[in-house]
Amino acid sequence: MRNVAIIGVGITKFGELWDKQLRDLFIDASLEAIKDAKVDLKDIQAIYIGNMSAGEWVEQEHIGPLMADYLGVRGIPSYRVESACASSGIAFKLAYEAVATGLYDLVLVGGVEKMTDVSTEESTHHLASAADREYEAFFGVTFPSLYALMARRHMYEYGTTREQLALVAVKNHRNGSLNPKAHFRNVINIDTVLNSPIVADPLRLFDCSPISDGASAIVIASEDIARKYSDTPIYIIGSGFATDTIALHDRSDITFLWATAEAAKKAYKMADIEPNDIDVAEVHDCFTIAEIMAYEALGFAERGEGGKLIEEGVTELDGKIPVNPSGGLKAKGHPVGATGTAQIVELTLQLRGEAGKRQVQGAEIGLAHNMGGSGSSAVVHILSRVRR
Amino acid sequence: MSSPRSPRIWQLKDIRYRLLGVECNKCNKRFLGKRLVCPSCGSRDLKIVELSRTGKIYSYTVVHTPPRGRENYGPYIIAIIELDDGARATGEVVDVDPSEVEIGMKVEMVFRRIGEEDRAGIIYYGYKFRPIL
Repeated sequence: MRNVAIIGVGITKFGELWDKQLRDLFIDASLEAIKDAKVDLKDIQAIYIGNMSAGEWVEQEHIGPLMADYLGVRGIPSYRVESACASSGIAFKLAYEAVATGLYDLVLVGGVEKMTDVSTEESTHHLASAADREYEAFFGVTFPSLYALMARRHMYEYGTTREQLALVAVKNHRNGSLNPKAHFRNVINIDTVLNSPIVADPLRLFDCSPISDGASAIVIASEDIARKYSDTPIYIIGSGFATDTIALHDRSDITFLWATAEAAKKAYKMADIEPNDIDVAEVHDCFTIAEIMAYEALGFAERGEGGKLIEEGVTELDGKIPVNPSGGLKAKGHPVGATGTAQIVELTLQLRGEAGKRQVQGAEIGLAHNMGGSGSSAVVHILSRVRR
Repeated sequence: MSSPRSPRIWQLKDIRYRLLGVECNKCNKRFLGKRLVCPSCGSRDLKIVELSRTGKIYSYTVVHTPPRGRENYGPYIIAIIELDDGARATGEVVDVDPSEVEIGMKVEMVFRRIGEEDRAGIIYYGYKFRPIL
């Protein structure tokens, strides 16, 4: 395996982008990434696209060739990768592996989702296909309800409080207010969360990431090529992917994100680092409880102590391990297929020192954690400013 | 567009009507639904069994934002039930006010209408749970 680095990133505004089509979003992000990398379109040897369900949301499948065509690079392989909300995190892993093993030298990887052309009920139905359709969704399970089941049990077993959940949203909105690409840029307080409508008790509207449109894209290359094009290549030093049961009820302990812990273990081992070496992290806060559970599974907190970590301010922008400086899924937005590579775009900006007002000072090592469904797939990447 | 579709309803009707699962002849664990391989020990020596129809609530939520097809339902309770034989199932809890539900509450399986495909489609049925009086 050879070293691989990120040399260009691009991301669209996230939000309700009614004037943009699926293909517009992906092409916008891709062209931005290619410009940032200072490469030509003809240098791209393959494309990897994370997308959960363009077929359901905009009745368009076969988006591999579609995007290659609209990028003007038809002829090259263009893969579409699906793993629900982890689609582009896993697309990134496949792209990384292809370059690391020498299959390609320079590839474009990204993700896209166009979710707001349909009603919330319709989107809620499509999202439920990331759960077990026959044994969960059939009986009325929605995504917020699965995370609500985890939250209830986490509160029951560890005494995690409603206020601790709210603090995650407050932090992520504060960070999002500093991110021009974020879906929501409003600063909120605990009462905003506690007084918002119930979605799936105990989770309220402000515990939930929004339904968003958006795309993100990244150019990665083998080390020798990366150094030719970039003065600030960001190295991929750890990569782990693990799977868990599709139905939440088949897990013995729903308060712990086991697949996340397994993916993290692999990534830490590969990077030869420990959780306390992480300077900045983007984690999968699809719901506030998910960020608290991610702290525990990633080793930032002991089991059951995730709520205390947010309370102590450890994960604030100026804390010891800043988490979700971009605003996270909660405030930046969650166009599901675009989220995994959007996290890596943010980390790249952070590690280059180009994150503007939300810059984590002196960040050298970053971690991205992207999950599909109720945690049935989880992928963790570790990036470094310094070659290792 | 409608979902779920009739053939899929038919394929799983026994499981949903009778709360069927599998029991592993090697590790003796039970799981909801049809499987050919034990998710716990990997054995392929499984038999189909009728799961316990009573159990207790392991976790629950009250859904206020329903998916397509349930727009007209009031807030409804979804719970993971730990059945007496150790298997777990997810389903609605009915015949109780949401404010009275709690973790550990004893429930029994009931056979109920789950929904319908659309105006011209089939009505479908399956298990729900209610408190044991």
